[in-house]
Amino acid sequence: MWRVGTVVGLHDETATARTITLQVPDWSGHVAGQHVDVRLTAPDGYSAVRSYSIASAPNSEHRVEITVERLPNGEVSPYLTQHVAVGDRLELRGPIGGWFVWRSQQAEAVQLIAGGSGIVPLMAIIRSRVSAGNTAPFRLLYSVREPGGVFYHDELRALSEQDRSVMVTYAFTRAAPKDWSRPPSRVDAALIAEVTWPANLAPSCYVCGPTPFVETVANFLNASGHDREKIRTERFGPTGERK
Amino acid sequence: MSIISTGFLGRRTPTDGKLPPGQYLTTDFPVLSAGPTPHVPVEKWEVLIDDGKNILGRWDWKSFRNLASENITADLHCVTRWSKLGTSWEGVSLDALLGDIQTDAAYALVRSYGDYTTNLPLKDLINKQAWIAFRFDGKDLEPEHGGPARLLVPHLYLWKSAKWVRGITLMQQDRAGFWEGLGYHNYGDPWREQRYSDDK
Amino acid sequence: MSSQIPYLDGNAAAGELGKVFAVDITAAEGQCGSCGATRRFAEAHLYMGGPGIVARCCVCEHPLLRVVNTGHCIILDINGMTYFRFDTTE
Repeated sequence: MWRVGTVVGLHDETATARTITLQVPDWSGHVAGQHVDVRLTAPDGYSAVRSYSIASAPNSEHRVEITVERLPNGEVSPYLTQHVAVGDRLELRGPIGGWFVWRSQQAEAVQLIAGGSGIVPLMAIIRSRVSAGNTAPFRLLYSVREPGGVFYHDELRALSEQDRSVMVTYAFTRAAPKDWSRPPSRVDAALIAEVTWPANLAPSCYVCGPTPFVETVANFLNASGHDREKIRTERFGPTGERK
Repeated sequence: MSIISTGFLGRRTPTDGKLPPGQYLTTDFPVLSAGPTPHVPVEKWEVLIDDGKNILGRWDWKSFRNLASENITADLHCVTRWSKLGTSWEGVSLDALLGDIQTDAAYALVRSYGDYTTNLPLKDLINKQAWIAFRFDGKDLEPEHGGPARLLVPHLYLWKSAKWVRGITLMQQDRAGFWEGLGYHNYGDPWREQRYSDDK
Repeated sequence: MSSQIPYLDGNAAAGELGKVFAVDITAAEGQCGSCGATRRFAEAHLYMGGPGIVARCCVCEHPLLRVVNTGHCIILDINGMTYFRFDTTE
């Protein structure tokens, strides 16, 4: 059940988030949207398991990337973002999940809505679309506290500049760039109506982020006419442990 | 054989003190829930003691708070292996609540707002072993930690200290509660490491 | 903010439940035994970190499924659902 991956790359996405690239020799492949469970074991046998979404598109190189955000009271994330080095080995289980997935054969319009680190599995979906040459029209609404908190910024900018069928909108909730047209504020019904695919297009919607964000956004989508079965959600959060 | 992550300690603190077997010391206070946090306004709150047929005692918030309370210092041991030592509470002793009640029941089923239950022998609730606690660390008990009031039975694993306590049913025959019915030990003594039903 | 809502969803239990179910559980459809709502397991409200995992109906919070892992056995209670349906066509 548990496989061993070797860290072959580390890349800081922000001041507190890092992408870890793992080489997993017996990886059976994955679908965009799935996650892995990572297990850390201390020398005395104490272990902790946490789930992380796979950030990389399906590939044939046995490569699995995860992007980990360091939580202030976290038990595992500080270790993964600050102690892990290239060459280290990590135990992982997966790929896990069969509902919150996007397959490259899907042809319908797609609406992605990310809250903070919820961008990770949605980025896997975007990357999967690119590598498969899929041309379904995509929109991403990415809610984040401030510009310094954006993951994959350069890649998203390049993509939306090169591909007219991918539209990226940022919603900054605490601090926005200078001259930003929208003052810092949470995602609301008006913004959803303005920048997301309308319900009559019957897009497949993927919403990911902290539980309160997902509940709010899914309710907005539902209220604006999207079919419940077309809204797929994944909630992130502490696994019951906090100060 | 697991891969060892050099330098990984987790959220544990080194200790010289004695802990029950298999436990780790923590300095924070994890919030572990089996269900949604009930929000019970104190005007609607009550705690009942019954025998399944008759109500033997009933207190609303006002009458409950009029009872003599005491300060308690307790070590908490959760079956998920974290322990927190020297926690301070204020609560009403179960001796005070059960004092006037005549019963030949040997067991108790503790019921929470929501659907949580836990069972224990009645003798473990008396003789200064259990309280209904309403203050933690000098402040009113927060809902996520079981407020307005929770049971506190520190000599057993913390799952027996039911949050959001609503009532205690006195029973002549034992009946398994929420976790006891799904593989957890019926009694739950941390010092004998009675975590699961097949532990001695 | 996320600390105010103490649940995740069915996706978070999929790794642990993968020890018991041979097929993906998140896409499985279940009917709540209390209110009759039919939803994918991925939508269930997932309470974890305690002695076990409890998956509750996202409409009425009735416990659909409970899991305890003692280290040498897994105990599963699925009494809370009238049925649990897995698509086997993939």
